[in-house]
Amino acid sequence: MAITTVKSAYFSGVAAGAPFILVIIPFASLFGLLATEAGLSVVQTLSFSVVVIAGAAQFTALQLMVEDAPTLVVLASALAVNLRMAMYSASLTPYIGSAPLWQRACAAYLTVDQSYVVAVAKYERSPDMTLPERMGYFFGAVTPIVPLWYMFTLVGALLGAQVPDSWALDFAIPITFLAMIAPMFRTLAHVVAALVAVVVSLLCAGVPYSLGLIIAGIAGMMAGAQVELWTARRAAEDSV
Amino acid sequence: MIDPVTLWTVIIGLGLGSFFLRFVFTGLVGNRAMPDWLLRHLRYTAVAILPALVAPQVLWPAATGGETDPARLAAAVAALTVGLLTKNVIAAMLSGGFTLYGLLYLLG
Repeated sequence: MAITTVKSAYFSGVAAGAPFILVIIPFASLFGLLATEAGLSVVQTLSFSVVVIAGAAQFTALQLMVEDAPTLVVLASALAVNLRMAMYSASLTPYIGSAPLWQRACAAYLTVDQSYVVAVAKYERSPDMTLPERMGYFFGAVTPIVPLWYMFTLVGALLGAQVPDSWALDFAIPITFLAMIAPMFRTLAHVVAALVAVVVSLLCAGVPYSLGLIIAGIAGMMAGAQVELWTARRAAEDSV
Repeated sequence: MIDPVTLWTVIIGLGLGSFFLRFVFTGLVGNRAMPDWLLRHLRYTAVAILPALVAPQVLWPAATGGETDPARLAAAVAALTVGLLTKNVIAAMLSGGFTLYGLLYLLG
C-alpha cells in the first residue's frame, strides 16, 4: 500500500517535471557550446555540469573566467547568483526537513529552479502527502530534468568547435537570463529590486574584480525588502 | 584560455558552495525558524542578481568591443518584453534570438 502510493507520487512528479525538458535541452546545449568556445575540454565541461548543476551560476562563472576575473571573485559572484538556492532550501525545510539525512542530501544536490517550483507548488496544494510521498514526488520531478542537463551539456560540448563567431552566441546568455527573469516580476518589490540592481550595476561597472555585481545585487535585495515592507504597511493602513 | 588549475578550483569550489547553499536549511537548520528580515532579503536575490549581471553586457557587449550595438539592445528588449507579457520563457528566448539574428542580418 505505502509503496504503491510512493510510486504514484514519483510518477506524478515525473509528469510535472516533463514540460521543462523543452527548456533544459537548449540551455544545457548552450552551456556545453559556450564552455568549449571558452577553451574548456569536453571532460571539463561535463564535469562542470555534473558537479554544479546550476545553469545561471555556471554561465556566470564561465563569463567571469573568460574575462580573467580573480578566482575568488568568480566563486563569490557565481555563488551570489546561486544564493536563491538557499531560499529554496529554506522554503522546502517545513515539508522535507524530517526526511532521513541521506535523502535530504540527495534532494539538496538535485535542487534546481524547476524541481523546487514543481515540488513546492504540489506540497502547498496537497498538505496531506506523507513524507515518503513528498520525497518520491521530488525525485520524480528531477528525473526528466537532471539527466538531460548532463546529456545535452555533452552534446553541446561535442558540437561546440564547429560553431562560427558570426552566430553571435556571446549574446545567448543575456537573452536567456532576461527570458528567465521576466516571469519572476510578480510584485512592485520585484520590479524595484531589479531596477535598483541594474542602475547600481551600471554605475559600478568600473569597480574592479567584478565586485560591482555583488554590490548591485545587495542593493537590489535591500530595495526589494524595503518596498515589500512599505507595501505591507500601506495595505495594513488601508484596511484600518 | 582559462588556466586548468583556476578552472578546477572554480568547478569544485562552486560545486561544494552550491551544495552548501542547497543543503543549509533542509540539512542544518531543520525545523528552527529563520529571521523574517533575512527571508525578506533572500526573496529578491534572483530578480536583483540576474539583471545586474546582464545590464552591462546589454549596453556594452564585449563582442563589439564595448560599443552599444542596436541588434543586441533590441534583442534584449524583445526577450524582456515578451517574457513580461507572456510569462513564457521559451517564447521570450525565441523572440530575443529572432530579433538578434534578424537585425544582425539586416544591419549587416
